[in-house]
Amino acid sequence: MDARRMSRAVPRVRQVGFFTPNTPVQQPRPQSAAPSSESPPLSDSPASNSLSPVMIPPPRHLSDNLGGRTAAVPVPGRENSGELPTVGSYNPSESVLWLDSPPRSRIGDEELSEGAESSLGWYRRSNSAKFASSLPSGGFNLSTVKHPESVAAVEAKNPLPGKSEAQKEQASSSKPLKAKTTKAERRALQESQRAAKAASKAEANKSGTAGGAPSSKPMKQPPLKKDGPPVASSIAASERIGVDRSVEKERKKDLPPPRKQFDDESRGGRAKRRSVLNQPEARNRVELFRHLPPHKNGTQLPYLQSKFFELQEKHPAVYKVGLQYLAGDLSGGNARCIAMLQAFQEAIRDYSTPPEKTLTRDLTSKIGGFVSFLIECRPLSMSMGNAIRFLKSRIARLPLTLSESEAKTTLCSDIERFINEKIVLADKVILRHAATKIRDGDVLLTYGSSCVVEMILLYAHELGKQFRVVVVDSHPMLEGQKLLRRLVVKGLSCIYTQLNAISYVMHEVTRVFLGASSIFSNGTVYSMVGTASVAMVAHAFRVPVLVCCEAYKFHERVQLDSICFNELGDPDAISKVPGRVDVNFLDNLTDKQKENLELLNLKYDATPSDYISVIVTDYGMIPPTSVPVIVREYRKEYLLI
Amino acid sequence: MPDTQALVNDFLNKLKKRKIEGSQATAKQTAELLRSVISQTRMPYTNQAAALIHSVKAVGERLIAANPVELAVGNVVRRVLHIVREEDLSLTTAAMAGLNLSAESDDEDDTDRDNHPALSAAAIAAASRSTLRPPSLQTLLEDVPDSAAVPHTSSSGGDSEGKSKSADKSSRSRKLKHDVIEAVNELIQDISTCHELIAEQAVEHIHQNEVILTLGSSRTVLEFLCAAKEKKRSFRVFVAEGAPRYQGHLLAKELVTRGLQTTLITDSAVFAMISRVNMVIVGAHAVMANGGVIAPVGLNMVALAAQKHAVPFVVLAGSHKLCPLYPHHPEVLLNELRSPSELLDFGEFSDCLDFGSGIGAPLLHVVNPTFDYVPPKLVSLFITDTGGHNPSYMYRLIADYYSADDLVLERRTTSGN
Repeated sequence: MDARRMSRAVPRVRQVGFFTPNTPVQQPRPQSAAPSSESPPLSDSPASNSLSPVMIPPPRHLSDNLGGRTAAVPVPGRENSGELPTVGSYNPSESVLWLDSPPRSRIGDEELSEGAESSLGWYRRSNSAKFASSLPSGGFNLSTVKHPESVAAVEAKNPLPGKSEAQKEQASSSKPLKAKTTKAERRALQESQRAAKAASKAEANKSGTAGGAPSSKPMKQPPLKKDGPPVASSIAASERIGVDRSVEKERKKDLPPPRKQFDDESRGGRAKRRSVLNQPEARNRVELFRHLPPHKNGTQLPYLQSKFFELQEKHPAVYKVGLQYLAGDLSGGNARCIAMLQAFQEAIRDYSTPPEKTLTRDLTSKIGGFVSFLIECRPLSMSMGNAIRFLKSRIARLPLTLSESEAKTTLCSDIERFINEKIVLADKVILRHAATKIRDGDVLLTYGSSCVVEMILLYAHELGKQFRVVVVDSHPMLEGQKLLRRLVVKGLSCIYTQLNAISYVMHEVTRVFLGASSIFSNGTVYSMVGTASVAMVAHAFRVPVLVCCEAYKFHERVQLDSICFNELGDPDAISKVPGRVDVNFLDNLTDKQKENLELLNLKYDATPSDYISVIVTDYGMIPPTSVPVIVREYRKEYLLI
Repeated sequence: MPDTQALVNDFLNKLKKRKIEGSQATAKQTAELLRSVISQTRMPYTNQAAALIHSVKAVGERLIAANPVELAVGNVVRRVLHIVREEDLSLTTAAMAGLNLSAESDDEDDTDRDNHPALSAAAIAAASRSTLRPPSLQTLLEDVPDSAAVPHTSSSGGDSEGKSKSADKSSRSRKLKHDVIEAVNELIQDISTCHELIAEQAVEHIHQNEVILTLGSSRTVLEFLCAAKEKKRSFRVFVAEGAPRYQGHLLAKELVTRGLQTTLITDSAVFAMISRVNMVIVGAHAVMANGGVIAPVGLNMVALAAQKHAVPFVVLAGSHKLCPLYPHHPEVLLNELRSPSELLDFGEFSDCLDFGSGIGAPLLHVVNPTFDYVPPKLVSLFITDTGGHNPSYMYRLIADYYSADDLVLERRTTSGN
């Protein structure tokens, strides 16, 4: 009981350290332990009460701590305390940023910790005697490379200032009285900070170069902060792995964080303010899909191009890839992933650690900034999320002893290896496996344009197998036509048809080969829209369905339908059919007609696992039920390479 | 006679060139053509029904051959034949009844019956059939050897009342033709109003806030949905565009014009969306006797998806679409391949379509079928102008419209010739 009280007192104590001198006084203190430690509010308070964090509070007190600290962040307090003269200039905006989005506590940790590092006050405190004793490396310097584990240990015991601002948690904390009194204040503070943040935001947007480190912050933080988009969250997860927090965090990491929901008014609005691109207006968006980001079409291309010089910290290579995503020049899971990784590779080569920063942390946030930019251009695929997660974990696990250039070459070769092993070689293995399933006289059906399936067909053709290919296509992508052309040029005998005629052609088909964008751990295949229909019809006609997919595309998420998570394409693409001028029914609609009409262009759908006969991966041919096994084993492997 | 011939040839041409769109238009025009054929047929003294049947069959056979896939033509031809038989039968029965009951019953009874040409005739026919020829397996079997059973009875009826005067006969012959034409007019009326009859039932099937999915465009579906809309039901419609003809765009446009909340989706998104749909309502090209549906291409996929998600799959079909035949391998035999240009731009693929090089066999085939076959097990309900029916009941419904003698039109005529 005593220990608990002590630990509970910690937040208040810390609060004192960062708070305006008079606030703690206003708070009534029912607990006995608190007043004594809290009495010196001004200068040395952190050092004196750092005694309690060493006592390793039980994990649930962490939340209490967090709650307490929320209030501690306020900027004026910091400045008043006089401890942080150097960082006072830019910290305000940062802390405000953290403060502003309450529910993101989990993911927020990353940049918070990094922000904390840069805040001198924290170091000063950590250098104090008590604290230093708990650290293996004996205090931090900004220039020295720190070992992440030690940092993590410190963080676990002595949570960072201004980390999470979960007001609710705080409310539910064991001291309601205290919470009550401070709440109003906090709200007032938050409000003022929000305003400050908005101002700083605008400033930052106007001139990307608001000076040194802070300039990068506004751009960098958005993606990490919004706890929605799959990739950003998975990155966060990987970062967490790298930093290795407390046990509680470790447990949380296993569970993929919720995706960003765009129908959430408050958060959607924030995302909008933050985003580089203009969000298309929400008119005529399909009601069922309001939670998904609207499609950004290529018309924003010139706009983005014009903003190139404002988005300074975007590496040109990344920028180029982003534009390619936006324009739709680059499609296909593997192609997009490889392009992204290569762009990151270039960015890493050109990277140099800014003074007073560590490579591990700065580069991670830098990559995070790139990723958020790419997400804005087009939502990332699961496979890319996995690749980013890999990269981040590699960065986090860089040995501290490496010099910058060594670290950079290590990372570059890591990326190279990822591309080679997980994509190029994996495809080769898949070819071998799949080719054993093709016999002479077969009629193979494929849908859309999957590069793995294409390679399989060409490989089997090279092996001299006699077979025919049915290429099924669907409006509006019509990717099958490109595949058809490549196959026919290579001398394969092809039948081309539209998805609607699938029942007609399925009679003579003996195998169905499908590609996948991702495979979820419940065996659901997430792939180009229409794949589910093909698999369903094949299943109804008792034709085996082989899904060819590299294992790096597996994801531990589960999904049952195609609505909760998906990607929206350009709705206007539906009303036009390339090469068919006679299809112009929707050209001249009156406003009233447009009001009632919604166009839905889904990009993906989820194929239930019962339609899948076998999944061909680089680990062999497995049933859909074995996906979670691969996910588990595989994740372990690529994180520990 | 010559101008009917011209009409027939014109219609044949249209059918062959697939100029007539939609089974309703086809059915209506076929019925109109047959009506003029009947009116032009010179009636012999005896065996008039046989003469009518013969001339209708001769034309019908050619029409069916012109477009064997358009089952509505055959349906209408069979319906007309059926009408001729029924009218003849009712006249005979009436005559016989008049003969038998001449002593006690007065003539008014007879004239009364004759004054209601179509409806009462049908009713009498049904009644007389139960007394004279119960529609049993036995009659089916009996009818096959003596092909002209009905003409025989009529002629025998005529022979039996040999004592009746020739004037009576001539009036009867005129009466037969007149009655038949009246009945065919009624048929044409039925065909053109079947939409309304089907649409009337819409409110019974569509509730508030329903989400309905349909594919392609069908006038019946449009009327059905609009009828529900007019009854102040508010609901949402997903329209799959129905590649490669993209008629769904047309339907979507019509629906939004009438103020319905419409979402146009791609065909590929049907599986993704069907889990949020309450009911699938589609039109049909033809309904077979086993309850299977010949439908616009893509519907088998939709029906499978609907079955997977336990969504009711409702088919709207006017009675002219009910075909008395049982399908065999309908995906191929009752299908039609349209031009590949709807799928592929020839210019783009001209280099791949080069037949001169290589093995000789073309490398590229483009398959563009028009219809899909939806097996009866995937259909939840048929809504026809006579109400809702199970797929398993369709054979019985169809038996009411056609006489068993006409089921196989072509073979009979070829063997006859």
